[in-house]
Amino acid sequence: MTIQFKDETFRDDYTFKNSEWAIKRFPFPFHEDSYMYSVNMEQHQGGPEGSIFEKRFDVDEHYVSEMKDRAQVLAEDPLRCQSLPHMTLAGWDLLELIMVSKSEDYPDLFELHRDGNHWHWINRPMGIEQKFVFMDETTLPYGPLEYITRQTQGDFAVLDQRDDNLWMDAGMVTTQADWSLDFDIGMNFFEWHAPVPKAHEMGIFVRALKFLLNIQQGAPARRLNWTMTVNPLLDTSPENYHKWGVQKTSLTPENLGNKMHLRVELQTFFRLPRSNALVFPIRCYLIKMEELVTVPKWGRRFHRVLRDLPVELATYKGFIGNRPMILEWLSKYDDGAETSPGIWPDPE
Amino acid sequence: MSAGTAKIPVRVDDVVKVNDLVTRFKFVRRDGGLLPTFSGGAHTVVEMDDNGIKRLNPYSLMSDPMDQTAFTISVRRDDVGRGGSLFMHNKVKPGLEMVISNPVNLFSLDLRARKHLMIAGGIGITPFLAQIKELTALNGRFELHYSVRTPSLGSYVDELTERHPTNVHIYYDDRKQVIDLEHLLDGQPLGTHLYVCGPKGMIDWVRGKAAELGWPREAVHHEEFLAPKSGKPFEVKLAVSNKVITVGEHQSLLEAIEAAGVDAPYLCRGGACGQCETNVIGYDGKFLHNDHWLEKEDRASGKKIMPCVSRFEGKTLVLDR
Repeated sequence: MTIQFKDETFRDDYTFKNSEWAIKRFPFPFHEDSYMYSVNMEQHQGGPEGSIFEKRFDVDEHYVSEMKDRAQVLAEDPLRCQSLPHMTLAGWDLLELIMVSKSEDYPDLFELHRDGNHWHWINRPMGIEQKFVFMDETTLPYGPLEYITRQTQGDFAVLDQRDDNLWMDAGMVTTQADWSLDFDIGMNFFEWHAPVPKAHEMGIFVRALKFLLNIQQGAPARRLNWTMTVNPLLDTSPENYHKWGVQKTSLTPENLGNKMHLRVELQTFFRLPRSNALVFPIRCYLIKMEELVTVPKWGRRFHRVLRDLPVELATYKGFIGNRPMILEWLSKYDDGAETSPGIWPDPE
Repeated sequence: MSAGTAKIPVRVDDVVKVNDLVTRFKFVRRDGGLLPTFSGGAHTVVEMDDNGIKRLNPYSLMSDPMDQTAFTISVRRDDVGRGGSLFMHNKVKPGLEMVISNPVNLFSLDLRARKHLMIAGGIGITPFLAQIKELTALNGRFELHYSVRTPSLGSYVDELTERHPTNVHIYYDDRKQVIDLEHLLDGQPLGTHLYVCGPKGMIDWVRGKAAELGWPREAVHHEEFLAPKSGKPFEVKLAVSNKVITVGEHQSLLEAIEAAGVDAPYLCRGGACGQCETNVIGYDGKFLHNDHWLEKEDRASGKKIMPCVSRFEGKTLVLDR
């Protein structure tokens, strides 16, 4: 289908909302009526037609507006995009991966023409046309990482691999669930995960690191993660907590259906061939509670998941204070009926 | 996760004898398309059908990582080994269709280094050939010290010294030339990373000397693939798949598991990467651990084995596979 790109905002007047198409393909992250951490990785080699898993880098109706929001965040805080000096090659790797993937997966939206190192890139939705020399930074308006991630939805952590560990040595982070690239830059896998409760004791990170270190070329992986956000804010950063944190107290039973959002991250992992680094795209999908309950299975299940979630997790995910009100609201959509396995809506 | 890495169907495009011991093989994609780019130091796993035994041997990629038209490897003939290198030398001719893996890098450059100091022995030169091409393209600073037996067995010596006359230093055993390691390591600028690939004795010597001189562990890199050793045949029970298999004299335990149709993880197949680590459920006998992966305590516990290179002698061995 042709994607109708929306003109909408993720700040101030918050005009963001999902079309029916976007709701039906939303990556609801719970395959059963309860939730606990797991490494839950699978191969990222396509998925059901039209689903957010189908393409290597999913493009949806929010693309153009999300990129405008990113540009605004960067204008206010340029440190949201950083790359340590040894990561430039990985930046070119990422630019190549995204340009090749998007031009193959969305030929009507993106084109890439290559003549040796002379490349010609066309991004129709954003109205960009750029001729440049691959591996020559002086021929692009930004470094390769910043250039391509200003045109790609989702955050990007670019991880150097050495000493049997991964290092957060480059990234573009403007749509994050309360973490900071500027704070984490240069940290290793265990250091940047230190604030996560319970998972360390469960040995999750040791196993996850072992898995990630062994991700190979041609075999990308993916998983889903989730949290809750009041108002459709892409930029819920620690840097701006003073602006958005307070909004959590603005929730009422009347506005909750519109204001409260389930925030799901599609996390993918690709080995970058030229640099042997690993790129970790973190793509954020938002859905309003009133949109979510239009799928009866999701309304029932989400009520049960939130009700039974351990206190530590609800605290870490930042909605412990609002949980009773959310549960009260969701309970109207849980009639106690059984839910079918898997994450997708039941056929109508 | 499925075993190994994504596969690439290739055709042998060229076979060139480099000297009495070493032959070079060039692979292109069967469908005429481009191969993936890779990072210097990566290897590919070549699948061989050797008289009914399926062998998967890792070889370092030596071609230019930016060249997507072909991959090249160099194989040193081992007359007393299990036969993988003999198969490559005797059976592999131009036109043969083979399957290789996507590149895997367990010996990559640390791109933070101000200078890359490389020490190679014999066929251990191959990963450095790709790394030098990569560094040349990136304007990286390197220095290679390469030890060979004789001028006639010095693979790629002429090409290296011609292209990089000031960065490459060759040492000939038959002329009693030895790398002055202590002096070499002592004179390096801060931020230098050290890489060594060659025979086990050389790797131990270089790593030992670097440690003695106070080099940080993170600045010293090595790669040593072990070839699986031959040994007496032995029987293994695979508990999960409920099969009893026999490991042949010239077969590795991993190859025998694969031959029985059981999907087992692997990457390097040379005892280094840890990917094939397998739990032992029960045993009565003696392990012949040949890997670099397991710690002393793991070996003593009798609970782990690396089936790519290690063997067993005794009555029973039951694996969690």
